[in-house]
Amino acid sequence: MSKKAKKDPFASRGRKARPSQMRPKVDPSLRALLEKYPAERSNLIPLLQVVQDQHGWLTEDSMAAIAEYLHVPSSIVYGVATFYAQFYMTPQGKHRVKVCQGTACHVRGSQAIMDQLSSKLGIPPGGTTSDLLFSLERVACFGSCALAPVMVLDGKVHGRVTIKKAEKIVEGVK
Amino acid sequence: MRFEQLQARAKKAWQEVVSPQIPLIRMGMATCGRAAGGQELLQAFQEELAKNKIQAQFSEVGCLGLCYAEPMAEIILPGRPGVLFAKLTPAKMKKIGEDYLVHGKIVGDSALAVMGPARNGTPAFTDLPMVKGQQRTALRNCGIIDPTNLDHYLAHDGYVGLKRALSLSPDEVIAEVKTSGLRGRGGAGFPTGQKWEFCRKATGTPKYLICNADEGDPGAFMDRSVLESDPHSVLEGMALAAYAIGAEHGYIYCRAEYPLALERLDLAIRQATEHNLLGDNILGSGFNLHLKIKMGAGAFVCGEETALMASIEGRRGMPRTRPPFPANQGLFGKPTTINNVETLANLPPILAKGGAWYAGFGTEKSKGTKTFALAGKVDRTGLIEVPMGITLKEIVFDIGGGSPIGKKIKAVQTGGPSGGCIPAELFDLPVDYERLAAVGSIMGSGGMVVLDENTCMVDVARYFLEFTKNESCGKCAPCRLGTRQMHEILTDICAGRGRPGDIELLEEIGAAVRKGSLCALGGTAPNPVLTTIQHYRHEYEQHIQDQRCFAGVCKALITYSINAETCNGCRVCATNCPQQAISGEKKKPHVIDTALCIKCGICYEMCKFDAVVRQ
Ligand SMILES: Cc1cc2nc3c(=O)[nH]c(=O)nc-3n(C[C@H](O)[C@H](O)[C@H](O)COP(=O)(O)O)c2cc1C
Ligand code: SF4
Ligand code: SF4
Ligand code: FES
Ligand code: FES
Repeated sequence: MSKKAKKDPFASRGRKARPSQMRPKVDPSLRALLEKYPAERSNLIPLLQVVQDQHGWLTEDSMAAIAEYLHVPSSIVYGVATFYAQFYMTPQGKHRVKVCQGTACHVRGSQAIMDQLSSKLGIPPGGTTSDLLFSLERVACFGSCALAPVMVLDGKVHGRVTIKKAEKIVEGVK
Repeated sequence: MRFEQLQARAKKAWQEVVSPQIPLIRMGMATCGRAAGGQELLQAFQEELAKNKIQAQFSEVGCLGLCYAEPMAEIILPGRPGVLFAKLTPAKMKKIGEDYLVHGKIVGDSALAVMGPARNGTPAFTDLPMVKGQQRTALRNCGIIDPTNLDHYLAHDGYVGLKRALSLSPDEVIAEVKTSGLRGRGGAGFPTGQKWEFCRKATGTPKYLICNADEGDPGAFMDRSVLESDPHSVLEGMALAAYAIGAEHGYIYCRAEYPLALERLDLAIRQATEHNLLGDNILGSGFNLHLKIKMGAGAFVCGEETALMASIEGRRGMPRTRPPFPANQGLFGKPTTINNVETLANLPPILAKGGAWYAGFGTEKSKGTKTFALAGKVDRTGLIEVPMGITLKEIVFDIGGGSPIGKKIKAVQTGGPSGGCIPAELFDLPVDYERLAAVGSIMGSGGMVVLDENTCMVDVARYFLEFTKNESCGKCAPCRLGTRQMHEILTDICAGRGRPGDIELLEEIGAAVRKGSLCALGGTAPNPVLTTIQHYRHEYEQHIQDQRCFAGVCKALITYSINAETCNGCRVCATNCPQQAISGEKKKPHVIDTALCIKCGICYEMCKFDAVVRQ
């Protein structure tokens, strides 16, 4: 039992965990980023957010660096990061396609748009293309329900989307 | 600058808006306006005007509530009331530039309304069907003022409520809010004044105030609009609440999906601090308030107050049992009050005009006004604010305009994943907390999604259970396992694998989940299922026994074909079918290859001759 408790939380993800003393030194730019925030537990989520903002996703090393900075076990950082939908544990595509699956969009046919984009990009919702060009994501409501169905490409909100329009929007960046 | 000087400055600034020296163009630039292409339109128009050397100034406004009509622009010519132009396209905008901006003429029905008395056949804004029945309190400034301009807010009685409150004792402020009868707009409807009193009386320092701007209900966007369109009203409301409970620190927990709201809040906090409306010794009263923004990280359950506080503390956002209530032991274990955005935005006018004024609207137990986000299958989608007690019929038909395509309205969904579907037969129901609860739904935060005859109620229930199943934090078993089981059963029914007894099983699990869950997420998760079974049991039976979905939504239970009698071979469907499943010669009846058809329904939508049949 005690052996189990000591197991590195990252090990369950099928990768060999590095003992912490062998971890490469924290990248100086990452350290500078962390140091902008006081080392308080309540800054854990803001830290995860800025780190992800910079790197696009959360690597094991960056999470370990945050844990070290806040003096909390990595399991805490990993536990928080996996709880929230916003954090990614895998690399994300250069372009982020988000299709709203909120109620207003659902009754106005957002599923068909998601299906079509999914088959066009060849990835399921939540997936990333192997060339790391596109990620496809489902989001529950952007608050633009009056213009349902809604999709967002790289932060730009598009309203009154049709299957055709959605394809065009994605083709626009290809 | 003294407050009176600030007000004088603001008045002058606003005067320049209502009677500008050169034409002023005000674009709707809340998220809806942007999503409808407002920014691109504005840019193109600016270039066009520059090219033609036409002088004009531009500014942004927030959400006027007529989101269906976006992109929208109000043009104010010197010496005239503003005119609102809607559903703009680049071509339309160019024409308006020539007709109205240069020649001062409104051609045909290009204008939606005059922001003053009706003129030459263009109706007054206040007479528009969507605006007529409204009473805007929380939304009073939305779409009217430039949200980035503090003077505009001040010119509309901004911070007058706070100024008055600071001359009263905190207990007097609480009494005023009690008189107003205001109840929490975040969903639970708890009386605001009473909530503050608990926290005021609680021992322990410091005390905290939290603004709940998580707005997780999919289909609701009241809070987003207020934050984007009138951020200072939320800040002033927070200052009032903090003064009443005795807090000097406050947090705004805002969801990450609202980047514009976050940006506007940040700017507003800086402006207010700069003008001594926040920070230390506010308006010389000795009262201090410091506000911090916390960005959510994508978890619906974090809208629940105890989960939200856990999230601010940097933990997994899981609810805990109450008591202890936040008023006694909240954020960091200290006395805390948590209020919703809309609740807070109602406070400044209540303090400025008095609680009795607010209590003059509404019903016996639900006082005041309530905002609703009208969405779904209704013509005029957008944001409205009406006195409590107005009927659903008035909201859906008079204000919303009913179905945009002449379909029969079937029901309205209120309260999001915690609420239920209210059938059209009950639309005479006056809207207030108690009466919505009596028919099995809830007021919730004000999302109102209109459903028509082409909406399948079993699919709606399945949709909501998929949502709650994904968002359940997993802490307690009834919610974690129950929502999953219910979702599986509903998925089976929609896929044509329903079994006799499924309806009863759903009712049984629903009752258990309702009873056994720790927080209201689980406690209310069965509502969408139970209300649809209550009002639409026959639809469930049709799915299970007859393997039919008459609304034409559940793919496994429908097929598409073309009626050779009515098809004239226009080829529209064939060119638009993503699977190339439709074939036929030009001007001859077409056929659908059911083996290739993925039932996307595009042909059904596109055919102008109703020749595509869905069965
Ligand atoms: C699952 C769940 C989600 C909630 N989401 C929100 C929300 O997004 N916004 C909100 O103001 N209240 C939400 N609430 C209600 C809050 O717990 C709380 O009652 C409210 O913020 C109190 O403010 P009020 O008294 O001003 O309404 C939610 C409750 C539950 C159980
Ligand atoms: S009811 Fe659901 S969301 Fe609430 S605590 Fe239990 S598992 Fe978590
Ligand atoms: S769109 Fe309608 S009328 Fe035209 S070919 Fe298709 S089924 Fe026939
Ligand atoms: S439901 Fe899609 S934006 Fe709200
Ligand atoms: S966002 Fe423009 S009117 Fe609602």
